[in-house]
Amino acid sequence: MNTKLQKFKEGFMRIIFTLCACMSIIAVILICLFLFANGIPTMGKIGVTKFLFGTVWKPLENFFGILPMIIGSIYVTAGAIIIGVPIGLLCAVFLAKFCPKWLYKFLKPAVDLLAGIPSIVYGFFGLVVIVPAMQNIFGGSGKSVLTASLMLGIMILPTIISVSEAAIRAVPESYYEGALALGATHERSTFRATLPAAKSGITAGVILGIGRAIGEAMAVNMVAGNQAIIPTSIFSGVRTLTSNIVLEMGYATDLHREALIATSVVLFVFILIINLLFSLIKKENKK
Amino acid sequence: MTGISINKISFRQKLKALVKHPASLIMFLITWGAAFITIAVVLFLVAYILIKGVPNIKPSLFAWEYNSENVSMMPAIVNTVTMTLMSLLLAVPIGVFSAIYLTEYAKRGNPLVKVVRVTTETLAGIPSIVYGLFGYLIFVIACKFNQSMLSGALTLAIMILPTMMRTTEEALLGVPDSYREGSFGLGAGRLRTVFKVVLPSAVPGILSGVILSVGRIVGETAALIYTSGTVPGIPKDLMHSGRTLSVHMYALLSEGLYMNEAYATAVVLLILVLAINMLSGLIAKKISAKKG
Repeated sequence: MNTKLQKFKEGFMRIIFTLCACMSIIAVILICLFLFANGIPTMGKIGVTKFLFGTVWKPLENFFGILPMIIGSIYVTAGAIIIGVPIGLLCAVFLAKFCPKWLYKFLKPAVDLLAGIPSIVYGFFGLVVIVPAMQNIFGGSGKSVLTASLMLGIMILPTIISVSEAAIRAVPESYYEGALALGATHERSTFRATLPAAKSGITAGVILGIGRAIGEAMAVNMVAGNQAIIPTSIFSGVRTLTSNIVLEMGYATDLHREALIATSVVLFVFILIINLLFSLIKKENKK
Repeated sequence: MTGISINKISFRQKLKALVKHPASLIMFLITWGAAFITIAVVLFLVAYILIKGVPNIKPSLFAWEYNSENVSMMPAIVNTVTMTLMSLLLAVPIGVFSAIYLTEYAKRGNPLVKVVRVTTETLAGIPSIVYGLFGYLIFVIACKFNQSMLSGALTLAIMILPTMMRTTEEALLGVPDSYREGSFGLGAGRLRTVFKVVLPSAVPGILSGVILSVGRIVGETAALIYTSGTVPGIPKDLMHSGRTLSVHMYALLSEGLYMNEAYATAVVLLILVLAINMLSGLIAKKISAKKG
């Protein structure tokens, strides 16, 4: 009797555990289903090329071209990478190879804090500090591709730093020691022997950073200016895919609303591609 | 770090070597420079918000009732706590149970495990605004929950699920196999072993996952604006809209009239994040002390 109950309990809980494990699969399927089912027919209604490559976004006049936003997202992300990757990577090298112990105790929590700050606080900081500073230096409104890139560059720092630091630390110490024994300086050994060996881990970090930059909505929304036109220089305002959704979802109706959902489908596809790249590189790593 | 201690060179020798190798000198300088920039950004950001924000904190900001006169953030704080508890209540059991399945039950090479891992990674990469739209489509529209605390919590639960799963899995994998063998040897079944032996020793790891998730929930804006809405009061039940602290701050900024109150809210958010980070640091220390 007792053993029967035991057996039943074992089997029952096993099913529960399995079902819970399936929740993430169900979630992904639901997300794909709801986004694609709502977005793709809309693209058909607007016309796929008109939607993806149209340069005019005027919802009131039924123009739904999101090319300016796609280009905007790419520009801002590229800018964030140009600003964030060198600083983040060097900072990771510093943490792994240069940092005295007393400073590490201080610097590491600081980087963690950077990762924990809510994006709305970043946006606020950008709005009250970076935007006025840009206004003073370059003139204009201060809200531009450059401002957004700078903002995002700061926001992706912690991602790049922590992933790269782990990658650098995973390189066998013998690489570094070998270079040192051949007479190279500490810097040369680090940058020419250790760093190249950590390349794929660092690439994974950069890709994670790209994912974070392209998906960021609240902070970019505050500092980018949000004009739905293709930016002509790094000082002109820009609207990203994410801020397009945040800005207009509140009051959009009918086709306009559906077009915004279709915008998120485009964003989602970008993210899926980035995820795919990330897992490919991780696989390469394991080999 | 270790390199320096292996060499044990004096500061003077180091200087000499750097002067001899100008390329090394440049690399030395820019590496320190990058670290300096990073720390300067952190310090400046925190100091700026604290210095500008703290003078704006007034008792009226913590009044129980919100009105356009006092712009109180107290309801938003209450909503944040409710939202956090609800999301955790949903996500923690599911996350822990699926981690148990992955580490304790699934056999090697089980195809389901592979699929679960891929989907979890996908979930982890989805931006919060996409979660927001998805939550809006499924919970607000399709399930007819309207813009409510429930819709928001359900959306956030899916969002933090990958974090919970990953941290719990790591914690479970960290439990030595001898614990399990000992338990099996004493005649305990799998279920008993999991709940009485494995889970208790994985608690600190699971806790660190919970804290990470709390940090994410507290800071979330984009996923909540269209799921739990932006009503500034405490909702009378979970089927009504209420805004969390981050959404409150977003609303203040987009209205543009309440800059001082936004500064004060930023301070509260920042202090919350600092506290969360400190807590997770403490737990991390506890975990590493246990291992060592």
